[in-house]
Amino acid sequence: MDGIKKSPWILHYDGTSCNGCDIEVLACLTPLYDVERFGIINTGNPKHADVFLITGSVNEQNIPVVKQLYEQMPEPKVVVAVGICATSGGIFAECYNVAGGVDKVIPVDVYVPGCAARPEAIIDGVVKGLEILGEKKKNVGKRK
Amino acid sequence: MASEILREISASDLLAETLKLKHAGYRMVAISCTYKEVMELTYSFDLNYDLVNLRILTDTKTELPSIGIIYAYSFLYENEIKELFGVNITGISPDYNDSLYKIPVKTPFGIQE
Amino acid sequence: MGNRTIVPFGPQHPVLPEPIHLDLVLEDETVVEAVPRIGYVHRGLEKLVEKRDFQQYTYVAERICGICSFMHGMGYCMSIESIMGAEIPDRAKFLRTIWAEFSRLHSHLMWLGLLADAFGFESLFMQSWKLREEVLDVFEETTGGRVIFSVCDIGGVRKDIKKETLEKILGVLDRMEKELTEIAGVFLNDSTVKLRTRGVGKLSKEAAFELGALGPMARASGIEMDMRTQGYAAYSQLDFKPIIDLEGDSYARTKVRLGEMFQAMDLIRQCIGKMPEGDIKVKITGSPKGEYFTRLEQPRGEVLYYVKANGTKFLDRVRVRTPTFANVPALLETLKNCSLADVPILILTIDPCISCTER
Repeated sequence: MDGIKKSPWILHYDGTSCNGCDIEVLACLTPLYDVERFGIINTGNPKHADVFLITGSVNEQNIPVVKQLYEQMPEPKVVVAVGICATSGGIFAECYNVAGGVDKVIPVDVYVPGCAARPEAIIDGVVKGLEILGEKKKNVGKRK
Repeated sequence: MASEILREISASDLLAETLKLKHAGYRMVAISCTYKEVMELTYSFDLNYDLVNLRILTDTKTELPSIGIIYAYSFLYENEIKELFGVNITGISPDYNDSLYKIPVKTPFGIQE
Repeated sequence: MGNRTIVPFGPQHPVLPEPIHLDLVLEDETVVEAVPRIGYVHRGLEKLVEKRDFQQYTYVAERICGICSFMHGMGYCMSIESIMGAEIPDRAKFLRTIWAEFSRLHSHLMWLGLLADAFGFESLFMQSWKLREEVLDVFEETTGGRVIFSVCDIGGVRKDIKKETLEKILGVLDRMEKELTEIAGVFLNDSTVKLRTRGVGKLSKEAAFELGALGPMARASGIEMDMRTQGYAAYSQLDFKPIIDLEGDSYARTKVRLGEMFQAMDLIRQCIGKMPEGDIKVKITGSPKGEYFTRLEQPRGEVLYYVKANGTKFLDRVRVRTPTFANVPALLETLKNCSLADVPILILTIDPCISCTER
């Protein structure tokens, strides 16, 4: 069963992003880039989602939100950290209210570089994530 | 170009001076705070693009009244300054009690303990 | 009195690209009070002035927000230039104005799309964002970036736009104007769209003033306030008038923003027509000393930068008051007595930018 790779649903959450990466994530959905041609749909419900796209770093206040969204997603799932802030905190890493990259809180499968990450890079990251998702799917049944 | 005035006032005159500006039809633009040796608060007002800044030099112990009774929308600024700088502003409505931003450090812009 | 319930709204919500949380106090289906809780995006970037010198801070200023990135960089640079008494070349002023107006165009188009998405008109969302890509292509061709350009610098701009490119831009504008006219027709005339925006979230002129509303929010309620009229950058040499409306509802706010889009196109054309020759940057030496308040008009309204410098490379303070911060009280007022189903539209009509607000 490889269906999940053919129609993955995406959940997007903005950590402390400056909006730059967020609008690029949204731009991916619109006619010029159109990720729907890969069967990808953006959903607002974590329980429907297979791929978790996070932009921006984490802080004290959004850590529980990120964790809670991640836990609500069904297995198998992949996490794609979009942009340098989600990877390491980027230019804001030294700010007092930035705890660092998303991997401080949940396991990240793919890191997408850029400030802001370009739509091509985001799509590439998601496609890469789908391969990992396919692998994970194979192992879901095997795990106790 | 519009003019820009900066006037230093004492903390006890804040409400009276603000009320005068309100009656003259001024709009509150922002409340800013700078901390470098002294706590420096600047209340900015605008009328026809002319900016009037009232400046108060204070510390974190002195009580400073909220101007919320004159400009109701001052509450966000006052909550912010109270939380980030530790300025003792009283009577803010609604008062978030230092949890507007919910940051892990106490008064990051103010006195560091 | 009906049943009182509190509905939590956000921080993660399908219509919100950004996290904000509201506790909506409902009486049956009607909102009686909305209590905001912010801080999800707060980074504390104003504090970074202690770690970055005043030249480097331009990059931080550009990342206050990825939508008005150029204008944030420009406002910060203008503050430093004012403190240092530096007069930038005329050509740089015109180039800044072109990028600033294109930023307004892309921001408003983005907003149009999100509004369409909020009332469930998905193809209109796609249309608006498709058109927006034209602006981003111009950005990419002239600066190399789509979102964050790093083209504004203290003393002027880093890149020039060639004559051929300027002529090409005129062609892009003609094409865009035709398409935008079609989209605008749907927003202004379609009966189902009007059902969702007409009379929704009315804000009177008095209320808008009492709540300190700014930008299109204030202008849609009849307050003629536009910092561009003060003639920063090249605006003193351009011919334009603030666009206002008297209705004060969501429809009026849409109308004002649509008007500003056509106005932005007109301003860019004027800039290209009047573009002076010459340098694009003056050399800046030494470090700033003094303080200055700069105000300019962003897509969402007036923004204020306060910079205090002490004569060293490191500034004492940079403070930014962004338009959404000032528009929150007006939003809370319009939410009162609206129905729960209208909440997403009302939140969108102030065009919220949370990362600006919380910095």
